[in-house]
Amino acid sequence: MTCQESTRLLAGYFDSELDLVHTLEVEDHLRTCAACASTLEADRALRATIARSRLRFSAPPTVVRNVRTAAANAFPTEKSTRKRWDWNWSFAAVAAAFIFCAVLTWKLLPVSAPNNSTAIADEAVADHIRALMPGHLSDVESTDQHTVKPWFDGKLDFAPPVENFAAQGFPLIGGRLDYLDQHPTAALVYQRRKHFISVFLLPATGEPDRAESQTSERGYNVISWTRGAMNYWLVSDLNPAELEELAKLLRGEQVSVK
Amino acid sequence: MTNSYQHEQFEQLVLPHMDAAYNLARWLVRNPHDAEDLAQEAMTRAIRFFDGFRGGDPRAWLLTIVRNSCFTWLGRNRAHDLAEFNEEAHSPGISSSADQLSIQTPPSNPEIMAVAQSESLRVRRALEELPVIFREAVVMREIEEMSYKEIAAVTNVSIGTVMSRLARGRDRLRAILVESIRTNPEPMEEPIP
Repeated sequence: MTCQESTRLLAGYFDSELDLVHTLEVEDHLRTCAACASTLEADRALRATIARSRLRFSAPPTVVRNVRTAAANAFPTEKSTRKRWDWNWSFAAVAAAFIFCAVLTWKLLPVSAPNNSTAIADEAVADHIRALMPGHLSDVESTDQHTVKPWFDGKLDFAPPVENFAAQGFPLIGGRLDYLDQHPTAALVYQRRKHFISVFLLPATGEPDRAESQTSERGYNVISWTRGAMNYWLVSDLNPAELEELAKLLRGEQVSVK
Repeated sequence: MTNSYQHEQFEQLVLPHMDAAYNLARWLVRNPHDAEDLAQEAMTRAIRFFDGFRGGDPRAWLLTIVRNSCFTWLGRNRAHDLAEFNEEAHSPGISSSADQLSIQTPPSNPEIMAVAQSESLRVRRALEELPVIFREAVVMREIEEMSYKEIAAVTNVSIGTVMSRLARGRDRLRAILVESIRTNPEPMEEPIP
């Protein structure tokens, strides 16, 4: 096989798309041709780099919701009450979230122009409340971090760190995709007694580490910090002291086991 | 009765590929807002044309619709992107500087190292820079992991053309990365929003 033929077929060889005869011919050529061998190596390097870069974008939740609604309306079932109920609930959830955001904006505006982090805290609280509505808490329900973590693969362009703190009294109960600060984000759901805690993780590439800050919005406590190019936002109706415990666990700091 | 069966089929076959649909739209139009609109528009058309789906690979079927929507949009709003596309399609003899960098000379070790060490933002920018016909081939192969046959079906070209577009697309992508590191060796950071 000439170098020209090999160059033409090399992509097919690399992608395992050639038939056996051509595969063997290219392999034969590769043994003697450093130029083609280095192109193949460069293709492998590129593939690994692309895979590591997590370039796949996930459909934003709004698109997913709209399409589901559109599909449910386009193929109406005969007098299906269940469908009607679902639709009403998703409508109610959207409406409630909208009203909530409007009230929050209105309440906060006179006090101070919300800076970026207040705005994100609002959004995180709204996301958390929306998630508490029936059936929205988690997309993947599992107490196993090895189930939750891979579930995010291909859904986000980063790999969220997932750990279960059941031994410390904060069992992981699942994860979901959410949308925060105009980015798809991983939301991990932990439980403390009857309280749910949403932990939002979003990449903070290039941002410096930021020390922890605590606020409370409408009865929900919010703790956030930036560390290792990752933004953390914890939202829960759990008391600040216990929420702080989870924050410490997430940062890998020592806490007394209860 | 037919309707509820169709709905079920649609949910099982097509809805799981919503991320793939959005991802392709996002890479074709290169901005989240229009990608959102186009993905939604394409999904709506998929619902309407679901009657016409005669088995086969539902992802390829859906992505064909997404691609058509996006190319129509590009024609109206980003004619420049498609001008490049036409030039590539009709006169493959014309080679740009990126081609000259890589196709004639095999990649050197330092170049391979540079590609291997590129950070994700740099890779994303580089892929966005790639002419649209190469970009879509690379996205479908490297990100969606589709076969040549599926890519050929979506892009409506022969399998041989898919293979040569992938070869040239990868060459160019590497050349863009090498050039990017040469002109801007500092690690790239996310721009402040």
